[in-house]
Amino acid sequence: MAEMDTSSGGGHKKGPGVKKAKKLSTRVDLTPMVDLGFLLITFFIFTTTMSQPTAMRLFLPKDADKPQDQNKAKESGAFTILLGRDNNVFYYEGILDNSNAATNFKSSNFGSGDEGIRAAILRKKASTVEKDLVIVIKPTEECTYKNVVDILDEMSVNVIKRYALVDVSDIETQLVKKTEESAPGAVK
Amino acid sequence: MSRPKIARKSTNIDMTAMCDVAFLLLSFFILTTKFKPAEAIPVTTPSSVAAKAAPDKDIVLITIDKTGRVFLSMDDEQKKEAIANTLNTTKNLGINVAAFKKAAFIGGSFSQLNSFLAIPEENRKGNALPGIPTDSTKGPNELIEWMRLVNSVYTGQKENILLKGDNLAKYPAFKSVIDAFKKNEILKFQMITNPESVPVGSALWNNNQKGEKREE
Repeated sequence: MAEMDTSSGGGHKKGPGVKKAKKLSTRVDLTPMVDLGFLLITFFIFTTTMSQPTAMRLFLPKDADKPQDQNKAKESGAFTILLGRDNNVFYYEGILDNSNAATNFKSSNFGSGDEGIRAAILRKKASTVEKDLVIVIKPTEECTYKNVVDILDEMSVNVIKRYALVDVSDIETQLVKKTEESAPGAVK
Repeated sequence: MSRPKIARKSTNIDMTAMCDVAFLLLSFFILTTKFKPAEAIPVTTPSSVAAKAAPDKDIVLITIDKTGRVFLSMDDEQKKEAIANTLNTTKNLGINVAAFKKAAFIGGSFSQLNSFLAIPEENRKGNALPGIPTDSTKGPNELIEWMRLVNSVYTGQKENILLKGDNLAKYPAFKSVIDAFKKNEILKFQMITNPESVPVGSALWNNNQKGEKREE
């Protein structure tokens, strides 16, 4: 295919002393061209898939005006996640008060290890009746948009049906601050 | 007895066919690629496992850049014209409707809107603009007003509210945007993210393996 028929037709005999012209092959090595072609293909494949952003849906609850209209969560099923600065995550189960703050309030991170928030969510999910489980996400002023999206993503990764974004309370802010200041290295 | 000689075959392969295929694929990918237009507001979005592609029609896009400034953009020029006209009659801003229609995004308070629109399009860069004021501790959250206008021009039609936030944007900026949505009863919106693979072994991964449809 890549060569052309260069042989002269007929086998016409030339006279004596006439030198035969040297036949040059017209065959071209196409390997570099193929290489280049595939290189460009890989480039375009990567750029097409990368530039397609996805959208994550979020449904907000309607603000209830009266406190009695608000949804109640069972204490046994409540799991609160606090997002602090520098990608710190804190969590506690049930209700946090002064008596149990030391043991109930734990620090975590976005890692996938045993300390990570995913493992903590899974532990809670396994030990709770599914319809009672409510995860309350409380981002503090210090955390970033990425943290919030990551934690919402964690909800869909772990298939949590009920979760809510709630404002952080003063006691929690203070606890987060205290923990971050006292052990900046430990909560990393 | 000598063995019959095996004919020595040439190791040259004809590359033409392969070359043809390569370039056919190449032209296909070149033609289907849509390059992202250069963005005036640089934003690095976080990644999520959401698999649904972001809509590209009837969008109302709220952008939060890394310092927490908020910008609004819409793709429907007729709707933008309606908003500009409403602003001119209700607030007497006297804004240039044609310039407002052409503006790719809005990045200033109502009082600065005229001077914002006077800046040539190519000089409107996100990092030099103040953004729409949203911090309710420093003044009114003007995004509430903007979302009310958007809601009013899209009455009876479905708009896609998109939120595109930067990784480093702080939560208060995000919260004031959510507040503006809530005040206008916009309870469904979508956040633009980069696709990410579902972690192997997680509950969602198991569901996907079983072929269960994800709740979106």
